[in-house]
Amino acid sequence: MLIPYQFGRISAGDGMNNKIYLDNSATTPLASEVLEAMTPFFQSSYGNASSLHSTGRDAHKAMEQSRSLIAEHLGVTPHEIVFTSGATEADNLALLGTALRTNGGGHMITSRIEHDAVRHTARWLATRGFDVTLLDVDEAGRVSAQDVRKALRPDTLLVSVMAGNNEIGTLQPIQEIGEICRERDVLFHTDAVQAYGKVGLPMDVIDMLAVSAHKLHGPKGVGFLYVRKGVKLAPLLHGGGHEGGRRSGTENIPGIVGLGEATRLAFAEKEQVSARMRQFRDQLITGVLKLPGTRLNGHPTDSLPHIANFSFEAIEGESLIMKLDEHDIAASTGSACSSPNLEPSHVLVALGVPLSMAHGSLRISTGRQTTSHEIEKLLQVLPVVVQELRDISPFKVGG
Amino acid sequence: MYTDKVIDHFREPHNRGKMEDYSAIGKVGNIVCGDVMWLYIKVEQDESGRDIIVDISWETFGCTAAIATSSMVSDLAKGKTVEEAIAVTNQDVASELGGLPPVKMHCSALAADALNEAIHNYFIQEGREIPAALQERHAHIAKEMAQLEERYAAFTRKSGEKPRGCE
Repeated sequence: MLIPYQFGRISAGDGMNNKIYLDNSATTPLASEVLEAMTPFFQSSYGNASSLHSTGRDAHKAMEQSRSLIAEHLGVTPHEIVFTSGATEADNLALLGTALRTNGGGHMITSRIEHDAVRHTARWLATRGFDVTLLDVDEAGRVSAQDVRKALRPDTLLVSVMAGNNEIGTLQPIQEIGEICRERDVLFHTDAVQAYGKVGLPMDVIDMLAVSAHKLHGPKGVGFLYVRKGVKLAPLLHGGGHEGGRRSGTENIPGIVGLGEATRLAFAEKEQVSARMRQFRDQLITGVLKLPGTRLNGHPTDSLPHIANFSFEAIEGESLIMKLDEHDIAASTGSACSSPNLEPSHVLVALGVPLSMAHGSLRISTGRQTTSHEIEKLLQVLPVVVQELRDISPFKVGG
Repeated sequence: MYTDKVIDHFREPHNRGKMEDYSAIGKVGNIVCGDVMWLYIKVEQDESGRDIIVDISWETFGCTAAIATSSMVSDLAKGKTVEEAIAVTNQDVASELGGLPPVKMHCSALAADALNEAIHNYFIQEGREIPAALQERHAHIAKEMAQLEERYAAFTRKSGEKPRGCE
């Protein structure tokens, strides 16, 4: 039982002790190493990184160490890393920062399956005099690099295609897309929130890349935008000129340190954890597709290792999530009923998944803490709860 | 976001499942839009000749709220006269559940609609004169359904899916 936090009375609750948490694409538990790394920066080394005194200098040093560590893992230079409040801000900075450098107007290309941080920003720009091309995807959720080439125009400012999709896990051909953009001298941005620390990223063809710490066992409220040297962005936040004038605001030092440590951990464990995740994913695919009236959404193999998305005929996803929750299993769905605007997942719709099946979707996403016992437990519980819901559904499987 | 009562009805729904010897059935919703409810009623005359809903059951494809409201509407209508059952509103269903999140209020409307449609069908089958209120609501339900289908047409552009649910 999670006890709600009461201000003025510290009560952390007993958290996830007995829960099977398979919603790691939504957020992840903080790694102990990350918490440990962050702790001194709340009460001991609490300085403002802009201050001249040693307390400030300590904070500044920690921030720059984190920046260097991240840069090193990506094979880029530290100055190219701009810390932000998370990936939503990083994506906004990439798109809006590019748009605001123009005199108004210009063309952008993105896909139909982007995260809302890109999708809604592009949609907003389209209401402000920019032309936006939305690229279709194939039935596995892949953008075609050739479609990017065809969509390019002389006034194209930016192409933004995510590295790996957050709902279905499908990887995008960002190497090819990046090469095409490079050839045509167009900026290429990628939202790498789910891919960072899990799969390789072709940094030599990427101009901007957005990352969030909390998807990687780091803290919430911090992320970064990689901005290739020479790429000019208008800042969204004006103020004290932090982050080389690209993002003002006193730096979130504990968060930045946590992001650094989460990065170190992710890259150190990358091969081992990704291999384990991939094994879990294969096990899930085999196990779930054995059940009648099921389908895998996304690509069977060309995918992020930690995300698997399924649909179940004749049942609705929100009630499936609630049934799993009764068994202390946390997952998520792209069902319309689960979204605040009652619209089905734009990703599943773009894939051409029938709406009835999109309503019955289930996303399972693993983390570094996921065990094979948890995957087995899910595969035991799932057929039972699916049957319970099918028993009360007017639709029959296969009918 | 859900009240304990909603969760209780979701976990242990009352009167669930198909009925074989029903007097009439009400089918509302559309699988493309995400919620479908089929509600079965069995009507018998009591000694004073009143039509009583002696049995009721349902099959629902939908979210937690849709299942809980199906369960609740069946509780509210069971044992009532059809006239009393016609008067059951979605507000009654929602308030008996201790309220629903605003975005889920349409689920309670669906439950009340299914009851309305079952009774409407019962009147037609029996060749009875349909009360104005029942007829009016029937027309309103049909109109709302058409609007919903139109709204969802954009989402089925690629899959070419046909709405199915209510005939």
